[in-house]
Amino acid sequence: MLTIAIGIAFTLMTIALLLNLHRLLVGPDIPDRILALDTAYINTIALLMLFGIYRQSDLFFEAALLIAVTGFVSTIAVTKYLLRGDIIE
Amino acid sequence: MTMIRTWLPHPLQSLFLWVLWLLLVNQVSLGHVMLGAILGWALPFLVHLLWPDPPVIRQPITLLRFLGRVHWDILTANLQVAALILGPTQRLRPAFFELPLDMDNDFAIALLASTVSLTPGTVSADVSADRRHLLIHALDVDDIDKAIAHIKQRYESPLKEIFGC
Amino acid sequence: MDVWIELLISTCLILGASFALIGSIGLSRLPDFFMRLHGPTKSTTLGVGGMVLGSLLYFSSRGEGLSLHEVLITLFLLITAPVSAHMLAKAAMHLKLERSSKTQGEPWEQ
Repeated sequence: MLTIAIGIAFTLMTIALLLNLHRLLVGPDIPDRILALDTAYINTIALLMLFGIYRQSDLFFEAALLIAVTGFVSTIAVTKYLLRGDIIE
Repeated sequence: MTMIRTWLPHPLQSLFLWVLWLLLVNQVSLGHVMLGAILGWALPFLVHLLWPDPPVIRQPITLLRFLGRVHWDILTANLQVAALILGPTQRLRPAFFELPLDMDNDFAIALLASTVSLTPGTVSADVSADRRHLLIHALDVDDIDKAIAHIKQRYESPLKEIFGC
Repeated sequence: MDVWIELLISTCLILGASFALIGSIGLSRLPDFFMRLHGPTKSTTLGVGGMVLGSLLYFSSRGEGLSLHEVLITLFLLITAPVSAHMLAKAAMHLKLERSSKTQGEPWEQ
């Protein structure tokens, strides 16, 4: 049963990531693209957790945590750049 | 009492860091319990220069009740927003509105802004330079005054009690 | 593994994935930027929350003791998601992005 559930969840997450890709490509503005990337990294975290269960390995947790940290910092850096034309003032 | 204050200036922060360390290593062994305790004790000394005016929690029980309520609201918020997203988008009534703030503590305002962002159909967009108004964008609202009163009564008044401001 | 625990884990995983998908549908379907902001900040956070709960139950039920460190990811996302939404909204107001014509009220000058 768990295998089927994991399969369904993988499918749903793939569709979600494809929708993010769609928004990333059509835009139309830069904040839209940043938002698409922001959503994509959060979805990737979910996907990594899922993959960890699938492979029965605890290791993917570290990767997920690292993506969470770097994703947040990069979103803030890019929005800061859009707001002020500079990241570290 | 002053002895404790000198040697352990931020007990809650220390406790939080200790639990965080144990979660991060994901095991409870004597070595990690001690290492976490040392980190929890030492880090507040190193970072208190960056955070000169930490908030004082006046009512911990109200804080716990508030956290529980926020988590419950996050769950229901998601169901509501899911229904709005999957429904017809032409019928949505988005709005920008200003929420007058009665608090003067930066941390409490930040907490309120985060709560507003996480709960039903609202995102905090900006706070005015004098910390008197919060700009909020709502996905679907029919009565702005009612929405403001709801946020003030449900989230702002407990925060005011907790931080006593 | 117990059937009931397996059922619980499966429910968590599928619910989490559905919420993440709904957030992404909102991102690609809603008409203007400020409305798109709502989908990802809420649904995706809960999506990851569901995954985390499933993962936590799964690794704790293998008989090697509790595994709680997944909670850290939810905690981190609960703190950071509003901050990035706030910054994105500020950037969008600064660039004066178009809003849906039905929007009541005005954003502030940045």
